[in-house]
Amino acid sequence: MLAELTDRTWLWFAAGFYAAGFLLGTVALLKQGRPSGVATYGLIAIGYGVQLIGLGIRGRIVGGCPLGNQFEIFQFTAWSAITLYLVIGFTFRNSLLGYFTACLATAMTLLSLAIPAWDATQRTRIFGNNPWIELHAALAVFSYGVFGLLALTSIMFLLRNYSLKAKHLGGVFSFLPSILDLDQIGVRLLGAGVVILGVSLAVGSVYWVRDFSAVDLTKLIVTIAVWLAYALALGLRLKGVLLAKRFAWSCLALYAAALLSLGPVDASRNSDKNITAQAAAKVANP
Amino acid sequence: MSAERLFVIGTTHHRAPLEVREKLSLTPENAAALQTEFAGMSDLKEFAVLATCNRVEFYGLAANLEAAARMSDAFCTRQKFDPIEFNKIRISLRGREAIQHLLEVAAGIDSQIIGENEIFGQVKDAYAAAQARGSTGPVLNRIFQKGFQAAKHVRTHTGITEGQVSVANVAVELALSIFGSLKDTRILLLGTGEIGEKTAKAFQSRGAAALTVASRRLERAMELAGRLGASAMPFEQCEARLSEFDVVVCATSAPGHVITRTGAKAAMHKRPVRPLFFIDQALPRDVDAAVSEIDNVFLYNLDDLAKIADENRATRAAEVVKCRTIIAEKAHNLWMQVAAQVDAVGVVEAAPTLQRKEHA
Repeated sequence: MLAELTDRTWLWFAAGFYAAGFLLGTVALLKQGRPSGVATYGLIAIGYGVQLIGLGIRGRIVGGCPLGNQFEIFQFTAWSAITLYLVIGFTFRNSLLGYFTACLATAMTLLSLAIPAWDATQRTRIFGNNPWIELHAALAVFSYGVFGLLALTSIMFLLRNYSLKAKHLGGVFSFLPSILDLDQIGVRLLGAGVVILGVSLAVGSVYWVRDFSAVDLTKLIVTIAVWLAYALALGLRLKGVLLAKRFAWSCLALYAAALLSLGPVDASRNSDKNITAQAAAKVANP
Repeated sequence: MSAERLFVIGTTHHRAPLEVREKLSLTPENAAALQTEFAGMSDLKEFAVLATCNRVEFYGLAANLEAAARMSDAFCTRQKFDPIEFNKIRISLRGREAIQHLLEVAAGIDSQIIGENEIFGQVKDAYAAAQARGSTGPVLNRIFQKGFQAAKHVRTHTGITEGQVSVANVAVELALSIFGSLKDTRILLLGTGEIGEKTAKAFQSRGAAALTVASRRLERAMELAGRLGASAMPFEQCEARLSEFDVVVCATSAPGHVITRTGAKAAMHKRPVRPLFFIDQALPRDVDAAVSEIDNVFLYNLDDLAKIADENRATRAAEVVKCRTIIAEKAHNLWMQVAAQVDAVGVVEAAPTLQRKEHA
């Protein structure tokens, strides 16, 4: 019976687990004044496994990493953020990071499932059987997951900063990590995101350099602009110019911009959906 | 009837004021002598002595009902305390109530500072000492061991230990909320007064990397630094070297501001990444309130710290009812488990449950 379930059904189940983690966290915060910790972590982990099955089925259908439309990109981004959370979240199992991650994953997965237009076109073999282009796309979307987690730690930083400045330290605020820890995690996530997106762009640039027509200009400009903006933020942070609250706000603004940029990127891909595959074929068989 | 054989007698800070507790305080020699005396009571099958600065309690299992009274008399005689006066302040609980009392003590809800951690260790030490002497047997062993589990459960699953309740510890807790760990945190203490010293000691006990003391009178700073294992610094250098420190505890008697907004801003310019935390314990205040407007700088004064401590006390007090409910259930279950053994003590007097080491 399980074998008969479609990819979207699995992804609905996954969204359900993330939503359950989020709801459980909300109830725990409202009723007990503390995050649900291990329970939320467990629900997120189950949701992650279920989402992996759904994405795996979709991957088999489309013949590659499922990054062919906005629905798949949102799903993959949420999955990437959860991957990182499951790695670093164990250290923060009693903090609010799990709650916020569940919130982000719920929003992204439910939103993508609720808008049928985002999944109207399922493009197959968009990478033309070329693993390098597939790696380029997967790394790019994975970096968005990293930046998503960075946005969450930025929210936590701002909350911690507010609680310390306003002297409201009880309740949920007591479950936030220290302000210095949050700042350091933010810098590391930003560094990791910039490197991952940088590697993705470097891999993609091999094809772009050989054949300018292989990449849509809008997509190229938007992606490079996102990378440059994050790289600039990292540079300013490391130079001690962009700090504390301003750094956190910048990371949030950049993530909002990065998510908004997915629209034009996907639209541009729709306009030349076969170009990449053709270019890949050209590069593979010049 | 069996309930009578398991008992706790003694007194605590709830019933005995400090000057009385001073008189009842057991010296190590007196405690040892008293326990030898208890061990000689043939009808006393098991016992343990818990003596702290806030309580002296004797837990016992006896074959008859007179043993508790004789323990009480032996204690009063050794402490040269009037037994009639002792009876006025004495607690005497039996059976399930005695178990519940032990669980409440171990969980910290009977303590002067509700939820404090020290008492749990003290009860464990008392039990370990009793075990080492061979004065515990199957009943007290079970009660104490299960009691520790229950106390841990209560401390973990309720808010009884949440938040610090002393001003010094609140300051340390705030520093942890800012820096995460104190192992790289350098502390500057301005002033040599008692309150500042207490706060500095609290930071040291939680692993602060380094402590520097500054005072207008360098010799006093050096003297305090010597006692605390810290370094001393001339007061005049404070502003110039402010950027070297993460936490500044201000407790001087200066009439005006010692730390100005300009000074704090200049310090942050030199160390933009790491936050700076000012704890102003002085009256009048040492730190200009405008300092708190600077990004990454946090300022708490004496009122702020006291307010947090009060809130934490109130939070802990509110948890006591929840703790008592959990403990009552656990005490009931525990009593059900040992009641038959307690009952048997009275019936099988000829076969004592306890093989005391000194009599072995």
